[in-house]
Amino acid sequence: MAKSKTSKKSAKSSGKAKSAPAKAGSNSASNPETEEMRALYREMLLIRRFEEKAGQLYGMGLIGGFCHLYIGQEAVVTGISSVQQKQDTVVTSYRDHAHMLACGMDPKGIMAELTGREGGYSRGKGGSMHMFSKEEGFFGGHGIVGASTSIGTGLGFAHKYKKDKGVAVAYCGDGAANQGQVAECYNMAALWDLPILYVIENNQYGMGTSVQRSSAGALYKRGEGYGIPGEQVDGMDVFTVQAAARQALDYVRSGNGPYILEVMTYRYRGHSMSDPAKYRTKDEVNTFKNERDPIATIKALMLDKGVSEDEIKVIDKEIKDIVNEAAEFAQSSPEPAPEELWTDVLVEAAE
Amino acid sequence: MPTNILMPALSPTMTEGNLAKWLKSEGDAVEAGDVIAEIETDKATMEVEAVDEGILGKILVSEGTQGVAVNTPIAVLLEEGESANDIGDVEAAPADIPCVPEVKDSEAVTQTSNPTQHAGAEVKDRNILYAQGHIIEPPPFDEAAFTDTAEVTVRVALRDAMAEEMRRDDTVYLMGEEVAEYNGAYKVSEGLLDEFGAKRVIDTPITEHGFAGLAVGSAMSGLKPIVEFMTWNFGMQAIDHIINSAGKTLYMAGGQLGCPIVFRGPNGAAARVAAQHSQCYASWYAHVPGLHVLAPWSAADAKGLMKAAIRDPNPVVFLENELLYGQSFECPTDEDFVIPIGRAKIEREGADVTIVAYSIMVGKALEAAKELAEQGIDAEVINLRTIRPLDRYTILESVKKTNRIVSVEESWPFAGIGAEIAALVGEHAFDYLDAPLARVCAKDVPLPYAANLEALALPQAEHIVAAARKVCYAD
Repeated sequence: MAKSKTSKKSAKSSGKAKSAPAKAGSNSASNPETEEMRALYREMLLIRRFEEKAGQLYGMGLIGGFCHLYIGQEAVVTGISSVQQKQDTVVTSYRDHAHMLACGMDPKGIMAELTGREGGYSRGKGGSMHMFSKEEGFFGGHGIVGASTSIGTGLGFAHKYKKDKGVAVAYCGDGAANQGQVAECYNMAALWDLPILYVIENNQYGMGTSVQRSSAGALYKRGEGYGIPGEQVDGMDVFTVQAAARQALDYVRSGNGPYILEVMTYRYRGHSMSDPAKYRTKDEVNTFKNERDPIATIKALMLDKGVSEDEIKVIDKEIKDIVNEAAEFAQSSPEPAPEELWTDVLVEAAE
Repeated sequence: MPTNILMPALSPTMTEGNLAKWLKSEGDAVEAGDVIAEIETDKATMEVEAVDEGILGKILVSEGTQGVAVNTPIAVLLEEGESANDIGDVEAAPADIPCVPEVKDSEAVTQTSNPTQHAGAEVKDRNILYAQGHIIEPPPFDEAAFTDTAEVTVRVALRDAMAEEMRRDDTVYLMGEEVAEYNGAYKVSEGLLDEFGAKRVIDTPITEHGFAGLAVGSAMSGLKPIVEFMTWNFGMQAIDHIINSAGKTLYMAGGQLGCPIVFRGPNGAAARVAAQHSQCYASWYAHVPGLHVLAPWSAADAKGLMKAAIRDPNPVVFLENELLYGQSFECPTDEDFVIPIGRAKIEREGADVTIVAYSIMVGKALEAAKELAEQGIDAEVINLRTIRPLDRYTILESVKKTNRIVSVEESWPFAGIGAEIAALVGEHAFDYLDAPLARVCAKDVPLPYAANLEALALPQAEHIVAAARKVCYAD
């Protein structure tokens, strides 16, 4: 996919997607390049296996309501979070399990929230779309399309107000990009030079409506009128995402104001569990699955760089264990006590 | 160990489906994520993906089978090194998965049907008791102790409250249209830019939805925003963030993440500004658990409640009134004059009838009480101050004394605050009532522009007098 961009101020062209190739057969364990590959592979695999397990638990009736899976889009959040700093904050909409995992939240707590149990991050009161972790800088998990952009703009406002050198990473989907509040926030963020990286995860369908049928013009150009630089990158390759995010975060952190990254990606599953996805062809899905899959791509690269099948299997096993442990916890953790119905409506004021 | 592949549910309501097609055969190797079968419901055809890698050891439900119950084993997946011989007897019957939550008939759930009265200063878990419908004595407050007062307008009282709290806590900031350089569309924020600078007093573009959401995000991240809507009519653009983002996050986060924020601005009718600019939002926001809703009348209310709102760790909807901004009242000067949220004030004690009002209607109620006194009827006037949580205790205690009640509001009658008060006295003071509650509300029409029609549409003191006489059977 070709990269395209609009720029203001001194937005530099994006960095190289991949560093120089290492010789095949070199000792991969001590090689920083393959070390990083392993870390990215591990993170993406964790997301995929976690989501597959969530789909399975949904199928068993253990998870209810809406459940939006991230399978296929793993490179996006993995690439971006790999170059964030500790003080940065993250907010997204409802396809959010991956963002929590990438922020370092505990898979057990996330899965237990999906099953509506006491051990969940929101003690079973939020569900798939509503989890938060102040410690890990994750501010939700929001069910209203477009709200994450406004809330994320507020996180950026707070970074600037507190002068903590943090950047807010505000994710939204291609569907949300058309919401009025998104345009309102682009304006304010540019006006006030707020430290925000706006990420549009363009998986090409807002539920069943393709981006071609819903959106006039390219989404990364939506900030042009406000002077916000935008860039469209291939979201099926984790290194491309990472390089673009690194450069975008540097730009924002240096006090230049917001930046828009439109990351072109694809979800393999339907919009939510009950969506048979009849609005797209099997061929289209299979092309992404078979030719562009971000995990298969990095795995091939790892093998090419001398990481052995056995080494990869060790990671696979580790992830399988983590996910199984999460699923087990999510089923054994009790349902919230009936008294929980009444708590957390308001903070009790000190008298 | 061989793993059973179960018939999946594709939605929470699905109980069975048809196994339309097997895409893998016995003996095939499968990877996690591979599509192995297609199933059909009355709504859709969906693919079943393998959740693990392995070998499809045995197909238990053949393709074309109709009405396969959810959670029935449909195939067996073998791990590396296992063979079909490792498969024991698998019954093609739904597995017993304890997934349907039982609603337990616990005391905590059923308590609402039997609310009790809670008195004394040491009431714990006030919010929980309120949510459960209990009658709670309001938080204690010795208002008479604040003896040093000065006469100020409501406008200045609001400004002083914000300024004092901004001096006290540097995470408090004010944001809104024309709040800074213009000094406020109604001059409520006059002088704040000069004192606190552009970092903390921020002019916004005319984008209520966006800046309300922005402020909510900053509140989640540790700041304490005061968001001014030029009027609450424009706040309607932002209602999603007020309710969904500010009001519900604490609950959805299991108490982890709150939203300390004040949304404020003039509410209700001004003077001859017609329907789109003349609306009372009290019952709209009071409907929502997770919000506090305050509606001051006097300068003292304005100052003491604004300070309470800013210090409150919860989202607060603060409903001012444009016509009151210029009115002067005696107001305590002490910086610790903070009126507790959830406590009403008896503005005038009386024995014959209770009149409950909020915001500008408190003044009309006092005017009516004066008129009624001349007619020999001794009215008690309650200024609600807080709409949510409603001070049910003070209202009920008053009704138990007077046995008659009139509610007054500038809002429409349907599902209004008066309707809530009628329900309250009907549920908890029915035996004390000597007459049905009477409501004085705006007429059930959009507010007209013509001066004579506007006056007809809004509650006036004479309407309150008539309603009080009616419940006293005085005519």
